[in-house]
Amino acid sequence: MKRDSINKVIIYFILIVFAFIMIVPFLWMILTAFKTTAETMQVDPFVLFPSVWQVENFSKVVAAMDFVKLYANTILMIALRVLCAVVTATLSGYAFARMNFKGKNFMFGIVLFQMMIPVQIFIIPQYVMVSKLHLTNTALGLLFPGLVTAFGTFLLRQAYMGLPRDLEEAARLDGCNIPQTFLFVMAPLTKSSMVALGIFTAVFAYKDLMWPMIVCPNPKKTTLAAALANMSGQYSQKYPELMMAALISCVPMIILYIIFQKQFIEGIATSGGKL
Amino acid sequence: MSRMKMTPREKNETIWGWIFIAPTMIGLIVLNIIPIFQTIYQSFFKTGDFGKGNKFVGLANYQKVFGDTEVWQALWNTVKYAVVEVPISIVIALILASFLNQKLKGRELFRTIMFLPMIVAPAAIAMVWKWIYNSNFGLINNMFGVKVNWISNPDIAIYSIAVIGIWGVIGYNMVLFLAGLQEVPRDYYEAASLDGASGVAQFLHITVPLISPTIFFVLVTRVIGAMQVFDLIYMIIDYNNPALKKTESLVYLFYKYSFEQSKKGYGATVIVVLLAVIMVLTVFQMIGQKKWVHYD
Repeated sequence: MKRDSINKVIIYFILIVFAFIMIVPFLWMILTAFKTTAETMQVDPFVLFPSVWQVENFSKVVAAMDFVKLYANTILMIALRVLCAVVTATLSGYAFARMNFKGKNFMFGIVLFQMMIPVQIFIIPQYVMVSKLHLTNTALGLLFPGLVTAFGTFLLRQAYMGLPRDLEEAARLDGCNIPQTFLFVMAPLTKSSMVALGIFTAVFAYKDLMWPMIVCPNPKKTTLAAALANMSGQYSQKYPELMMAALISCVPMIILYIIFQKQFIEGIATSGGKL
Repeated sequence: MSRMKMTPREKNETIWGWIFIAPTMIGLIVLNIIPIFQTIYQSFFKTGDFGKGNKFVGLANYQKVFGDTEVWQALWNTVKYAVVEVPISIVIALILASFLNQKLKGRELFRTIMFLPMIVAPAAIAMVWKWIYNSNFGLINNMFGVKVNWISNPDIAIYSIAVIGIWGVIGYNMVLFLAGLQEVPRDYYEAASLDGASGVAQFLHITVPLISPTIFFVLVTRVIGAMQVFDLIYMIIDYNNPALKKTESLVYLFYKYSFEQSKKGYGATVIVVLLAVIMVLTVFQMIGQKKWVHYD
């Protein structure tokens, strides 16, 4: 079995090389975040590790950027979007999967149609609506395009389609009406899909750049991603500050990811293609 | 409607069905369906100075787009980005997925690491890569002792950005391929091994054909995603970067016209053109799939 072990070595070598390539930018971000600006501009010899870890870079950046506010804005937007997406998609997904009514197929056609259209098509009219409603620079403005979700409706519909028919019959014989059957019997069985949709929605909202830049130009009211874009222009050559800001804005997400990696990967992968 | 009188139960289901879908459908119609028509409508108007006023100009914006070298260049930049990002990220992801589909120590760890870029904001990723690419003090030039202007040389900047795109999306494609590989029966590989087929032969003759539906799905969605590239370019290329004209994508132009210059009419035209391009590409892929995608 010599060929097998040589194969294994090659496979491990390639995997380790790629894992290394994936990690290096993050390591370089961390190392730079704790250097002095002078160290980052020294090339002969090139400095890999900070000679003294500049912990005060953290407080400097936090003082300049008000990360507490930015995090509060971002978390509020994520919470609102997740809540709206899960509630509306659970309801509509159930109706599309398990109920018969006139106009259902046409309405589901609209859901599928929305999923195929690039989001930028919606942005100008959505922005006009937000500004007419005086919701620019507010959490509701950030939430706006996420009030409902075609994709989540589709995902939850798939989940309900997989459940056995007998459940509803049994519930009906026990005297449950339609909302009771939905709420107490069926909805609890699709928890894993709700979690998948929630994670997908949260990651998507956290990563989004264009919408917050458009509706929340005020740097105090905006999200982390948009604030980074703003900062990137102002601090063009101060790389320790820039890397510290990037680090602060992604560390909590990375920690959550490491704790809940299985749910994260499945949540994003089962949702397929929309990122 | 006396032909098909509804039983009370059917009537009940119709009422509740509409109540359940109402929030989603009202939202989709107001937020998405009507805006599609509004955007198309807007593309027939010229926005006045300072974003004030809207003058109907018919197809003039479209005439202007077809003669606008900046738009053509942006389309070309977008295509260059997609042509590099999509195939390379798919091939690498497919190879890595076929490695991780075997019994290996540390599979989970590798999967976790490769997927990591997917959960970090592109704004943060772009800042880090901009620093790595820095021509004077960047990691790459200093490690390899070269002096390349990765993101300010107009000839290569779009490819440097595509490399970041590949780096960011490999893990995502890989996870989708791993899910597809779950469906491939193990015996196929065992039988092939007994026949003396090498790993490469197994990859080409078993893995690729059997998960071709997954590859097709990833291809279609990634082409759509790559044609909409914006974040990386916006974050990496400054206004005074000499490579700006050779890197700005169609969505970048859309953002610039619609929101930085308040020319919503022309911005709408650019994005309608992108919609048309994406639809044509998707239709071609749907036709082409018959030649290489195997559904059992």
